[in-house]
Amino acid sequence: MQDPAVTEPVVPETLVPRRLRASLTLSDRIFRWVARGGGALVLLITGGIGVFLAYQAKPTLDAYGWKFFTEQSWNPEANQIGVAAVLFGTIVIATIAIAISFPVALATALFISEWAPRGLKKSLVALVDLMVAVPSIVYGLWGFFLLQPQIIHLSRWITDWFGWIPVFKVDTDPDAAIFDGATYASSAFIAGIVVAMMVMPIACAVMREVFDQTPPGEREAALALGSTSWGVVRAVVLPFGRGGIIGGTMLGLGRALGETIAVVMIVSPLFEINWHVLQSGSITISSMIALRYGEASGSQLNALMAAGLVLFIITLIVNLIAGFVVSRSRSGAGTEI
Amino acid sequence: MRTLPPSQSPFAPQPPGSGTTHLPPPSTSNTPVNGVPVGDGPLEPEAPPEPERRKLRVVDVEDRACLIGSLLAGLSLTWVLYSRILPTEGTLGFIVCWWLFFTAFYTLITGLRRGRVVLADRFAVILAHSIAGLVGIALVSVIGYTLIRGIPALSHWNFFSSDLRTAGPLEPLTAGGALHALAGTMIQIGMAIAVTLPLGILCAVYLTEVGGRASKLVRSVVEAMTALPSIVAGLFAYVVLLIGFGMRLSGFVAAMAISVMMLPIIARSSEVVLRLVPNGLREASLALGATQWRTVWSVVLPTARPGLATALVLGTARGIGETSPVLLTAGYTTYLNLNPFSGPMTSLPLFTFKMSQSPEDNYISRAFGAAALLLVLVLLLFAFSRWMAGRGRSGAR
Repeated sequence: MQDPAVTEPVVPETLVPRRLRASLTLSDRIFRWVARGGGALVLLITGGIGVFLAYQAKPTLDAYGWKFFTEQSWNPEANQIGVAAVLFGTIVIATIAIAISFPVALATALFISEWAPRGLKKSLVALVDLMVAVPSIVYGLWGFFLLQPQIIHLSRWITDWFGWIPVFKVDTDPDAAIFDGATYASSAFIAGIVVAMMVMPIACAVMREVFDQTPPGEREAALALGSTSWGVVRAVVLPFGRGGIIGGTMLGLGRALGETIAVVMIVSPLFEINWHVLQSGSITISSMIALRYGEASGSQLNALMAAGLVLFIITLIVNLIAGFVVSRSRSGAGTEI
Repeated sequence: MRTLPPSQSPFAPQPPGSGTTHLPPPSTSNTPVNGVPVGDGPLEPEAPPEPERRKLRVVDVEDRACLIGSLLAGLSLTWVLYSRILPTEGTLGFIVCWWLFFTAFYTLITGLRRGRVVLADRFAVILAHSIAGLVGIALVSVIGYTLIRGIPALSHWNFFSSDLRTAGPLEPLTAGGALHALAGTMIQIGMAIAVTLPLGILCAVYLTEVGGRASKLVRSVVEAMTALPSIVAGLFAYVVLLIGFGMRLSGFVAAMAISVMMLPIIARSSEVVLRLVPNGLREASLALGATQWRTVWSVVLPTARPGLATALVLGTARGIGETSPVLLTAGYTTYLNLNPFSGPMTSLPLFTFKMSQSPEDNYISRAFGAAALLLVLVLLLFAFSRWMAGRGRSGAR
């Protein structure tokens, strides 16, 4: 890391704004109290959620203890409640989504900031922002009706060639006379692709923002030394934007962990740890809440709240790290994520 | 070779700190807040006119010939191998193989002619162009597929003018519609805006203008809550309002769930926008003797208006498309219900979700119709926010 003196421009003392002191008029006093009230109300509502979740989750966590994190099945009737399977599914789908969206987002961000025609650049930025705004239900429909029938063939191809890797194995007869599409459908892999479509633009927007802030002087220095455009990217843009790359990816990860409706539409719920990501069946915390809230009551709702709390805490940690990485990096000082 | 203009030369004398605070090019002004770009208001200082940009890459006839030749060679080789010799089939595989052969040929020829350094450059350029093209195709297919499959339902006027109370799964698309869902979406998002807009902006004003010791806490909590998964927001509203206060499934509860999700987003992006208002404007207003309240009302908020509008519109686009909070709180109905305080009230995303779970073709068509309608709404909101941001930029001068 570089000297902090370099990152923070030295402001001469004369430029420090003076403190304004004035006796407040009545209207100002009212204004200040109204504004404080607004802040307090927002704090109450938003902070209330976290506190409320923790409070509601406590009975469950007390009753089940560590078993809550190791039990796979979710059978409130049999008093078996645990988030091991759903947590596993959440992480698997988010990992697949990030594994797919990271290179795509990076390449797209580099394309927009480095190689896109100048006249097109603004429209491309707008298109990426548009992708962020497309509702998740639309991505879900697209994934279920258009993508899934195509992707099961890719799943089969991966299994045929890489089935010896345990993760890509599918429990089906590969030489069966009829292609058994249902085994490959509704898998964590397909859900991961659809979620990747959703988080890619989020990561891409942050990365592009950071790449665009690369100091022109350093770019030109690299060019003057004879580097190609890829050389500039490798030697200047990528090191400069490292914070943005990591932060954007983490931000996408935070979104991927909480994605609900597209996952509900695609995966078939399966409450056990399923290592075979190409095979039908998986479950995430958010899709479990969406599927099970209706039949839940009392302690079961508390258990769902506990699962929601776990999800929220993971998302929170991921987002905090993202914000920290971006704000600490050299490039991120002016970037808001 | 031309010399660099002094402002761009790395060795020209520069003000202190310019190595890190160099003004970004104008296009970076859409600062995204959690992926939501906020408005590029009239806030940044006018950038000096950019000097003419030189072309860094020279493309001569040989390069073009190389490109076209590689494309053709890749196509031919793929056709021979993939379609004639190997036992493979399928359009997707064909295109992938073509791309692989093309890339191999192109990098090989470039490598032979120009050496390793240019080879790496060309490979990276091809890769970035291909992936960006892939993303473009994906975006077009998402929007195009939804709109095209939505046309059968949308092309009947009754889709907009009647609800689904009489239309069973087997009714043709000429009967029944999604009026109830459209009305529900409008009512719910309207109520959510009515709650989140004043609260969000008030909170942002508090954070930027009033401040104080507690503001740090408020800011961190609001920032943390933008991470709240929407389903958890829905569960919160479900447990508090439905179980705790004994309300029934209704549009009001759904609007509250959406508000809980939208509030941190709008508060945070508004704060970013307000922080961009130059301090000089505030100080000028105060120096003229205006009270702080006057300054905020007549100077700060009008200056930030385009940015605030953009933040609001994009927050709305996010809230309008969220299914999961509504799924838990609105209740599903086929009747038109205009009273948000009693009875379940369906919204477009929920309608789409429920219809798409049905095996009936007509219901799936209706699902796509509703999804296309929702998509058009979001596109309109998005275009509106762009227009707003553009207008703010030009109108401020």
